[in-house]
Order: sequence, then C-alpha cells, then structure tokens
Amino acid sequence: MTTHLANPSPTEGFWLTRQYNRLTLRQRRTLMGYVFIAPFILGFLFWWLGPAAVAGYLTFHKWNFLAAPKFVGMANFSKMLGDPILAQSLKVTIVFSVISVPLGLVFAFFLANLINAKFRFIAIFRTIYFLPSIVPAVANAILWAWLFNTEFGLINYVIRAFGGPKIGWLQDPNWVMLAFVILTVWGVGGSMIIFLAGLQGIPQIFYEAAEIDGAGRWQRLLYVTLPMMSPIIFFNLVIGFINSFQVFVSALLITNGGPQRATLFLVLHIWRTAFSSQKMGYAAVLSWLLFAILMLLSFLVFRYIGSRVYYENPGD
Amino acid sequence: MGFNEKPAEYVESRRRPKSYGDIFFHWLTVFLLVFFAVVMITPFIWLLSSSLKTQINIFQYPPQLIPDPIVPENYVYALTYKPFGIYFRNTVLVAGLNVIAVVFTSSFCAYGFARMRFPGRDFWFGIVMATLFLPYAVLLVPSFIVFSRLGWVDTFLPLVVPPFFGGGAFNIFLMRQFFRTIPEEIADAARIDGCSEFGVYWRIMLPLSKPALITIGIFTFLFAWNDLIGPITYLRSPDNFTIAAGLASFRSQTDISWDLQLAASTAVTLPVILLFFLAQRYFIQGVVMTGLKG
Repeated sequence: MTTHLANPSPTEGFWLTRQYNRLTLRQRRTLMGYVFIAPFILGFLFWWLGPAAVAGYLTFHKWNFLAAPKFVGMANFSKMLGDPILAQSLKVTIVFSVISVPLGLVFAFFLANLINAKFRFIAIFRTIYFLPSIVPAVANAILWAWLFNTEFGLINYVIRAFGGPKIGWLQDPNWVMLAFVILTVWGVGGSMIIFLAGLQGIPQIFYEAAEIDGAGRWQRLLYVTLPMMSPIIFFNLVIGFINSFQVFVSALLITNGGPQRATLFLVLHIWRTAFSSQKMGYAAVLSWLLFAILMLLSFLVFRYIGSRVYYENPGD
Repeated sequence: MGFNEKPAEYVESRRRPKSYGDIFFHWLTVFLLVFFAVVMITPFIWLLSSSLKTQINIFQYPPQLIPDPIVPENYVYALTYKPFGIYFRNTVLVAGLNVIAVVFTSSFCAYGFARMRFPGRDFWFGIVMATLFLPYAVLLVPSFIVFSRLGWVDTFLPLVVPPFFGGGAFNIFLMRQFFRTIPEEIADAARIDGCSEFGVYWRIMLPLSKPALITIGIFTFLFAWNDLIGPITYLRSPDNFTIAAGLASFRSQTDISWDLQLAASTAVTLPVILLFFLAQRYFIQGVVMTGLKG
C-alpha cells in the first residue's frame, strides 16, 4: 500500500510537496484516504447536515418566505398534535404501506418463481414482467388515471363485461386506495428480478437432498426456498417500506390528494404545506416527523424481522 | 446475469420419469405465465391504442381495442402543443451532467472506501449507509431553503450540483462493492511501477469497472429523466422544465384531452424502453447488485 517508494530529500520541491514528504507513511495514507472520500464528506455537510440544521432552526419559527422568520416556540409542534389533516395523511400513508408492501412482496416472489421455470421463451416473459417497473412515473400516473377512468377506462370495461358494477375508482374514497395498491403492485419488476437472482443462487443440490428425503413441492418451498431466500425477502421488505412512504407523483397527478383527502400521502402533504401554503416552519416539522417515522420503522423492521433472517454465510 | 442466459444449475440433473403431478404443474406454470403476461402487458397496449384514437373514439363505450381510424397526428399535436424540444434539451443537459458527476465522483469516493485503510473510514461509510436508507423527500423542504438562500431557485443548479459531491450513497455503495471484486495485486503491480494512488484509481480501477460504471450511469440517467419532485420544486419558468415537469404541466392544462396526454406519455416512455432493450444486461445487473451484494 506504499504510495511513494523513494522518499526525496525534504528540501526539494514546492512547499506543499515538502510538507507531504515530511509525513509518515501512516499519515500519508490517512491523508490520501480523506482526499478520496472528501467529495462525500463535503456533500454530507452541504446537502445533509446543513439543511438538517436549517430545518431544526425553522421548527421553532413561522416563515412564509417573504417576511423574516418569526420565533413561535413550540407552536409548530402543538399544531402538529391537533392537526386533523396530518392525522388523515398519516392514516392514508400507513394503510397504504401496510397493504401494498406485503402484497407487492408476495406477488414479486410469486412472479419470480414463475419466471424461474425452464422454458424456451422464458426470456420474453421476464422482459414483459419487468417492463412496467421502468415506465417513467409521470407517464405511469397518466396511464393509470386513464385505465381507472370510470366511464371509459379499460378496468371498468372488463369488470362490466363480466357483469360487475361500474366502480368510481378515483372518485370513491373507499376504492381509491385499492386503485393505488393495484398500480403499485403492477410495478414490482425490480424486486421480482432481485428475487429471481436469489432463486438462481440457491444450490440445486439442496432441492435434490430434500427430494430424496421425500419432501414434496410445497415442503421444498417451505423448508429450502424460503429460509435460503430470507435475506433477500428482508431486503425487499425494507426497500418496499421506504418506498411506500414516498408516494408522491401518482398522488399528485392522478387524484391530487383526493377524493376527500383519501390519497393525501405524507410526502404530498409536506410538499403542499411548504410550496402551496408557504408554511415553511410547519413543513420543516413535518419533514422531521417523516424522518422519525422512517428511523422508527427501520429500527422495528431490523429488530423484529431482521433477527429471524437466516444467513448462509454470515458476515459475507 | 442477463435475461437470455440459461440458468446454469438447471442442466438436466435428474432423469426421473415425469409423474402426473409434474405434468399438471408444468401446464399450470405455463397457464399462469401467459395469464400474468397478458395482465402486465395490457396497460401498454391500452396506452398505445388510446394514444392513436380520435378525440371522439376515445370517449366511446365499449372501447375500441384497435383504433379506427388510427391517428398518428396525435403525437405531433401533443409534442408541439408544449415546447417538448426545449424540455428534451433541458432533460438531456441535467441528466448528462448528473451522469458525469455520478460516474466520476461516486467511483472516486468508493475507491477510498474500498481500497484505502485509514482511521475514520468505517465511521464515514456508516454515514453513507445511513443516508442510503433516507429518501430525499425528507430533505426536500430544508434543502429548498438552502438553495433559495443561494439564489439557485429556477436554475438547474439544485438538480445538477449536489451529485458532484459524492454522487449519492447508493452509487458509492454499488461502486465500492464492485471495486472489492477486483484483485488488489493488479493495483500493487502498478504501484511498484511508480503509479500514484490517483493513477491506480484512474488508470487501473476505472477501466476495469466499465460494466458497473455503465450501470450506475444508466440508472442516473433514468432517474433524471423520470424525476418530477425535484424539477417542480426548483424550476419555475416553463422554459426550464424537464420532460417530466413538462408532461405534468401538460396534463394539468389539457385535462380532458386524453388522446394527447397519452400520446405524450407514450413518447416519454418509448426512449426508456428503447434504452432497456439496448442495455438490458446493465439494467438487470444493476437491480441485482443492489439486492444481493449487501
């Protein structure tokens, strides 16, 4: 790991070079290490710690961008506790998360098992299943708004063709959540591919051994596939939860938070508080709230589910 | 790993006669594969077909699956109704700068994390991992305040400058994982020949990491192409809009012109799908690298 084999005389060269040459090997290594990671450290200070400090300052202030921030003490916090719109927004976000994440996980796992089959044209199926996940978010929102259109949408057409009722997907607060779950589950291609790679990484010999022991298809899934896949299931679960707390584009463009605030997801609520209502102080408090929720959620997931994960090669 | 490779483990390893259960299961799998393929692809077909309908035909029940007449002019109207040329130029500018930033700075930082040994390294890498799990929605409001103080609102700077500082935790993490698979002996050989640490990074590691660099480059480009929340937060004048922001404002202004909205959406989606078919391998590799090597 030596950077310079020859150590020139300390009197040669520019001042900086002389200073550098005076350092011990260990000091040089440390210096070089920090030079390499310096962009990240600076970025962390500028774009993470700085904004976080600003947010911390603003939580105690009222500020609409125009006048100077006004100190209001804990007013923003007490407002948060008695805010029915925030309560609604949290309810929407949590209900969506609790329904869509497990459902998406199961569906992605199921699809991954399907496309793990040995067929000649399997690559075509893999592509078809993956494509929905790369559709740009805005185009995706417009497409689904049209699919869920009450009068002329394809989904209601299919339902009515089978004799079902005309559903007000985007007008009825009771149905709109299901609509959002459906469009989310349609785009599970990313986690599906991660599952597929995991499935292909399970040594075939485990299945053969299980079969010799008399395990059926169901038992092989239960006692070989699931334990071997548990780290990947866990990973997809964590990513799924984090993503489910970030719904923004579809809520803004498909329903604009409605009907009756039934899709007022938390990030949309924060965004509107800051940029439509110009309440920067309160928006800063809500940002901290989102941060706290995500931290708590990660902690709970790692604490109660992470401990059940089976690692074939721990520490690898 | 690509879509077209045959799974290596599945070479005919057992030659047991097929039971009725196996045959049933085989056809059940085929049925489910086809069924879900139809479910997944129908929205695309519906998108394409609706985007080619006349305004009258689009509001028709029962809907036509194959439009009659086919109206490709929808695309011309949709893409000239708003200056999509300017949006496209803006998006390519932002995305291009982001790709350059991410490819160089994330690999630079990742080299430090992967190959240098110094006190504090693990602490800082812990911070990289912590920011990895924090979505940028959390920082949206506070960073907006910082950028507005800097006078950067309604310029591309808030979208373009931050990636030059480390290029994002996700990319640093990905590049670090990749660098760790390259044998250290190659770097040592270069050092003995008098190569500096920067030289090892620039002349040895970067050329050997092309697949990983292409992968993060593609992901960064797609992110910039798709991102809405950044552009609508920071960009004010329509001349600065990116494709995503332009399409979103197009939607709010042409509320019932579904034919035009869907034509514009198709036009925005097509380049992404094209990119996917050109660089399938890197897409899959990127997705898999995020999931498995953690």
